[in-house]
Amino acid sequence: MEDRKRVKRPRGVAQLISGKCIACGARCQSSCPKDAIEMNEKGEPIIIIANCIGCRKCLKVCPVDALEIYLTPEEQKILAELAAQKKVAAVEEAPEVIEEEAALLVKLKEYRGVWVFVEQTAGEPAGVSWELLGVGADLARARKEELCSVVIGDHVEHLCQESFVFGASKAYLIDDPVFRRYLTEPYYKAICYLVRKYKPEIMLVGATGLGRDLAGAVATELQTGLTADCTGLAIDDRGFLLQTRPAFGGNIMATILTEGTRPQMATVRPHVMPLPAKDSSRKGKIVREMVPFQEADIAVKVLEVIDERKAGEVDVAAADIIVSGGRGMRAKENFSLLQELADELGGVVGSSRGAVEAGWMPAERQVGQTGKTVRPKLYIACGISGAIQHLVGMQDSDVIVAINIDKNAPIFEVATYGIVGDVLKIVPSLTQRVKELRAKGVEFMVERH
Amino acid sequence: MNVVVCLKQVPGTTQVKIDPQTNTLIRQGIENIINPFDTYAIEEGVRLRERTGGKVTAISMGPPQAETALREAISLGADEGILLSDPTFAGADTWTTSYTISAALRKLGQYDLVICGRQTLDGDTGHVGPQLAEMLALPFIAYVSQIEEIADGSLRVQRMVEDGYEVVESPLPAVITVVKEINMPRLPSLRGIARSKSATIPVWGAKELNTDPGRVGLAGSFTRVIRIFSPQRVCQGEIFQGEAEEQVDCLVNRLKDDGFI
Repeated sequence: MEDRKRVKRPRGVAQLISGKCIACGARCQSSCPKDAIEMNEKGEPIIIIANCIGCRKCLKVCPVDALEIYLTPEEQKILAELAAQKKVAAVEEAPEVIEEEAALLVKLKEYRGVWVFVEQTAGEPAGVSWELLGVGADLARARKEELCSVVIGDHVEHLCQESFVFGASKAYLIDDPVFRRYLTEPYYKAICYLVRKYKPEIMLVGATGLGRDLAGAVATELQTGLTADCTGLAIDDRGFLLQTRPAFGGNIMATILTEGTRPQMATVRPHVMPLPAKDSSRKGKIVREMVPFQEADIAVKVLEVIDERKAGEVDVAAADIIVSGGRGMRAKENFSLLQELADELGGVVGSSRGAVEAGWMPAERQVGQTGKTVRPKLYIACGISGAIQHLVGMQDSDVIVAINIDKNAPIFEVATYGIVGDVLKIVPSLTQRVKELRAKGVEFMVERH
Repeated sequence: MNVVVCLKQVPGTTQVKIDPQTNTLIRQGIENIINPFDTYAIEEGVRLRERTGGKVTAISMGPPQAETALREAISLGADEGILLSDPTFAGADTWTTSYTISAALRKLGQYDLVICGRQTLDGDTGHVGPQLAEMLALPFIAYVSQIEEIADGSLRVQRMVEDGYEVVESPLPAVITVVKEINMPRLPSLRGIARSKSATIPVWGAKELNTDPGRVGLAGSFTRVIRIFSPQRVCQGEIFQGEAEEQVDCLVNRLKDDGFI
């Protein structure tokens, strides 16, 4: 014991690995317990060696591993000499950290199961809720825990059974007239009540207008982490939820963890996750709860509801086949070519942002980050170059056909099939061929009769 | 009517890429702007002041250079700007961001309405509005597309929902987020530009706000970014060759095989 104390274990100092810093916003500086990091104009750290104690906190928080520990040759030598006694030293140094982590793990272990919030309007469920049950089932399986739905509304009990059909094995239900129209306050209070009582480990919410609002309020009240618009959800080897989401309009992806708090909350946009298979024979258990607050305490009130859905309006997000046009269509009139093709295939016409901005198509047809996310069986992109904002809205389609004059257009990177050529020539010829084939098919069927 | 507008300075493009050699963000030639969704919040605040008097205070949390965004807000009609900046605020997630802004609003005291944009261009979460309301224990309305009436102690607005809109009433003070349908932001006026140049922008840090060090910035964040990467697209598609006719034939055959025709 005495012997070891004579030689102090060198910890080295932090240093920046040149060219790796992304100026993420001084995460390293804020993690430093010794004020040993200053930021330069570019937002990169400058290590003040005199202050650095080699605690590695900055290394841990750096998202791109741009920091390392520098050891002088002498220090390296001492370390090598100490290596022989390493086993003993490790036992002595480690307990505190392990104890802290163990306490945290015990706390986190109280939280179990995967919950999916079932969004509904007047008893009509939002499709994203069932999509979330699909990915939720994978997470629950990986955690060996149950998958539960959370149903809140007025006359919504039927949604519990529907959630069982899509994979939930239990539903938490609060059914009361106070939830007839969505308002942040009653809904978040109801969810917080359920979470505090039943302690789920993971909670998924659809990234719709309503879902973002609700998830934000719930996470704030519960003081836990929330990651928006996840496109990938998985479980890591510690059992934590890995939440991957796009930033900068999809140009950058980031993987995010909620480490010390529960539940781990994430929102996912509609049509990002596939709809799970239905199994009508499935049953589950309904857990009924009462409204956990007084109605008079709710400050915000809905006075009037105006439904602007026009009769016959096309919902691109619900279509199985979409023929979309972009600026490459060159004029509004040319969209009739797309309509003809869509009619032949039994699909609808969608649009890129460029075509909406040019006034060629109405905004509700727009596919992409600021429009709708779609996941049809067939997506035909005509004269769409494929800006990242468009790609993130359609890249999960089963089959993607790209028709574009520019062979370097990014749309070809996601295409299943591509044709480099003039859309105004290719599309009519394609429509004609489809028409011929279908006519033949009909003849064939008639002959058989 | 005293209105507080929350805004964020963001990179003026989403066209950022990661250098494949160094795995770092390429930031060259990217200028910072006010988050476009927040410009509607500024405009709505200014219109409310024009209707009812009072003042518009713009608040932003960010590094020291975010001061330029507040000066721009003044050029667009805001009366004053306050920058929330401190090394301990860095690396904040939406929870700690909301906490820090709520501390500033508590210090500010006199306000009737807080307006935020619906989401930011870079983070895209849309969470700070509802989280801020929650921190302040104030009523909250998201996606406001029109302020119908605002009078002593009460607010009536239209908010957008998936299939239309709703008319919603709330007591004041309240927090709202606005959508771009609410107005058309004006351009900076000459007088505004002159004022923005001479304006003093106070900086409130951890000391001024008396924030809990365990609840701000990275230290207080419940989420951690553990990896940043460029999305990988493996081009596995089949590009048909030949004359237009042949290409179309190939495509039709494939679509037939896939069962679409």
